[in-house]
Amino acid sequence: MDVLQRFAAGDLDAFESLFRQHQSAVYRWIVRIVRDPATAEDLTVETFWRVYRAHARFHPGGNFEGWLRRIGTNAALDHLRSARKHAPLPDDLPADPLPDAAEQEESRSAIRSALASLTPRLRIVVQLGLIEEESYRAIGDALGISEGAVKLRMFRAVRILRKKLQQWEVKP
Amino acid sequence: MNAQEFKELGEKLHDAVPPLDQPELNRDLWPAMLKKMSDPRVRVPWFDWLLAALAATVLIFFPGAIPALLYHL
Repeated sequence: MDVLQRFAAGDLDAFESLFRQHQSAVYRWIVRIVRDPATAEDLTVETFWRVYRAHARFHPGGNFEGWLRRIGTNAALDHLRSARKHAPLPDDLPADPLPDAAEQEESRSAIRSALASLTPRLRIVVQLGLIEEESYRAIGDALGISEGAVKLRMFRAVRILRKKLQQWEVKP
Repeated sequence: MNAQEFKELGEKLHDAVPPLDQPELNRDLWPAMLKKMSDPRVRVPWFDWLLAALAATVLIFFPGAIPALLYHL
């Protein structure tokens, strides 16, 4: 019996083996969505907790990595939803030595605020697609939606971002 | 919106929120996983408790609303 079959049957050793094999990949995916290492660690554990509880629903012949990524994406989305009001994007930029640094920083800050104001389901598409340059297909697989739906969300998100930046007189 | 405007916005976003450069997990999370598995208590937010209390209060004072509530469930 292979590790996936044993995991589906509820074997804790098999789960540990899968955890150790995939924890880094899950963390790397989630940290690109939430952009905070400590939160990403918590959400990685939360993802595997959901996976462990759902072991009976996993078909051993299925795509474990895809299933895992989708659950991780949902955990990250749940976090973005709950933290939306209180969690602007972390300010992870180095100091800029240019003379117009203050103006540039103001513009960056406006863009970060506009991004943070998007609904989580639009923001995740922008972060993964435009910032991390993941393919629409990979994003769609992770969210459980079609490539066309990802494009539609991207279009809506970009339109909202442009509108907000124009309102704030930041050239988009 | 044309492709050029889309590209420009993408560049602005890249500048304001740079992509993470090869983020790596710096520690083994298995001990944290074991801890979570041994303490699987569900934490209910205070707002949910408040909503539940309000619903219970409404149903106590307006029992006539129970059939309507059951119908909508």
